[in-house]
Amino acid sequence: MNQPPVLDVVGVVKRFGGFTALDGINLTVAPSERLGLIGPNGSGKTTLISCISGSLIADDGQVRFQGQDITKLTPHRRTGLGIGRSFQIPRPFGSMTVAENVAIPLEYVGQGSRKEIASEARDILGLMRLDHLADTDARALNQIELRKLELARAMACHPKLLISDEAMAGLSGNEVDEILEILLAVNQRGVAIIMIEHIMRAVMGFSERIVVLDAGKKIADGAPEEIMRNPDVERAYLGE
Amino acid sequence: MRIGWFYPIALLLVLGGAFATKHVDSNFVFYAGYVVLQFIVLATAWNILGGFTGYVNFGTAAFFAVGAYTTIALNKALGLPLLAIMPIAGIIAGLIGLAAGYFTLRLKGVFFSIATLALAVVLETAVANWGYVGGASGSYVIPPAEVPFFDNYIEGLFSLMLLLAVVAVGIARYIALSKIGRGFAAIRDDEVAAECMGVPTLRLKLIATTLSGALMGIAGAPYPFYVTYVEPTSAFSLTYAVNSIAMPLIGGTTTWFGPVIGAVLLGSLQQWATVTISSELNLLIVGVTLVAFVVLAPQGLVGLARKLFGRGGRTP
Repeated sequence: MNQPPVLDVVGVVKRFGGFTALDGINLTVAPSERLGLIGPNGSGKTTLISCISGSLIADDGQVRFQGQDITKLTPHRRTGLGIGRSFQIPRPFGSMTVAENVAIPLEYVGQGSRKEIASEARDILGLMRLDHLADTDARALNQIELRKLELARAMACHPKLLISDEAMAGLSGNEVDEILEILLAVNQRGVAIIMIEHIMRAVMGFSERIVVLDAGKKIADGAPEEIMRNPDVERAYLGE
Repeated sequence: MRIGWFYPIALLLVLGGAFATKHVDSNFVFYAGYVVLQFIVLATAWNILGGFTGYVNFGTAAFFAVGAYTTIALNKALGLPLLAIMPIAGIIAGLIGLAAGYFTLRLKGVFFSIATLALAVVLETAVANWGYVGGASGSYVIPPAEVPFFDNYIEGLFSLMLLLAVVAVGIARYIALSKIGRGFAAIRDDEVAAECMGVPTLRLKLIATTLSGALMGIAGAPYPFYVTYVEPTSAFSLTYAVNSIAMPLIGGTTTWFGPVIGAVLLGSLQQWATVTISSELNLLIVGVTLVAFVVLAPQGLVGLARKLFGRGGRTP
């Protein structure tokens, strides 16, 4: 990992009133790296990615993206720079079709003509295996289709870093494999991925490196095999 | 460049209206028509913010009255004619929309609505205590005795409002079919997701409040010449707020033509009821129709038509 990191989080602190949700987190992600972010419920995973994507502003510390300080930028500016995210609970634009959903980020992040946007939307939906649903209203989709739409919209932001927030929670074994294949295909296009996931089989198989959070602190950072053997991680998940 | 069907039809409507003033003798048609057209402007203006972005504004009367009182003040102070005042009224009401938007758009849902209602109350109190424009006892405006081209003043006002309605609907249509309109729709559907998809939500919402406020202000500017006597209670009347919400809801809020349909139907119905039954019945009609639509056709007439003729939905 000699290339400069695509994402560099330095000492990020986030408090909600008296509760410290993130307590000085350091984290780097290399270009096209696959990083798994795990930790028990309430450990600060979603808060951390909110500070990275901009829906929350860190109280202290710095978030750098491709060398640029983005700590205080609004979410849409960060999206424009190349941070895409999918939401844990799908948030489709319900009054639009699937293709129109994908066209929104294409239009606002990219600069293409309407025709180029339509053809790129088709490409992305193809990659996500959603092309047969392009003209369906987004509110008519089922759970796995909604998850794929989340990823499709994130991809439409032309990200250099994609944050996948529990894209697989509640899905069946086959469906998990399908999402994993899609994410690997995305990664192969040179997009770095931060995957937040509770399904250990998925996150351990997918990630090149795992970061473990517990109570707002990073307690481990390393290859999946190391993490599995780490006594601190076991304690965080299972207690003493 | 493709011209499409909208602009020729809009031009025909304006010309047809002006033509009608030469050939229809009854002034009632123009008095009643003016009110309906005024509501087309107000409903369309309201819908740019309320329908397209989903922020329900209860303060239509405030922006309308800002326009009306701009006319009174400038007419009294400088003797400016209406046509010179209207753009100024639009700018002032637009700036108030921008400021109100900047301070209140952090509020979501019903809290935003309450803030806009409060804006109307604050402004009404201010105007009621502003002696120069007549304070609480009101103020008279004397229309010029002669207007070029038209036979009398009301025909001129009618044609002016017709032009304004066509322009307002044209603006709303342009927005609805543009990148801005698609951004508005994304905000309405899910603001957090929109922001994360690269949509500059705050800037778009400020565009909506400014434009919506400006159009309402311009619609209010001719009002003193129409009624010739203005006092705060009538200029800030809740009727404007209620109607400009009810009309888009009845027509359908997600399209540019929904508010036009609603304003024509509800506005005409009210004018008819005022003459045939009683002028006090107006708000009752609005209320009953509104409740009926919320219960039976929450997406308005446009939504109802789409449901009946099946657009969207899942095609397996």
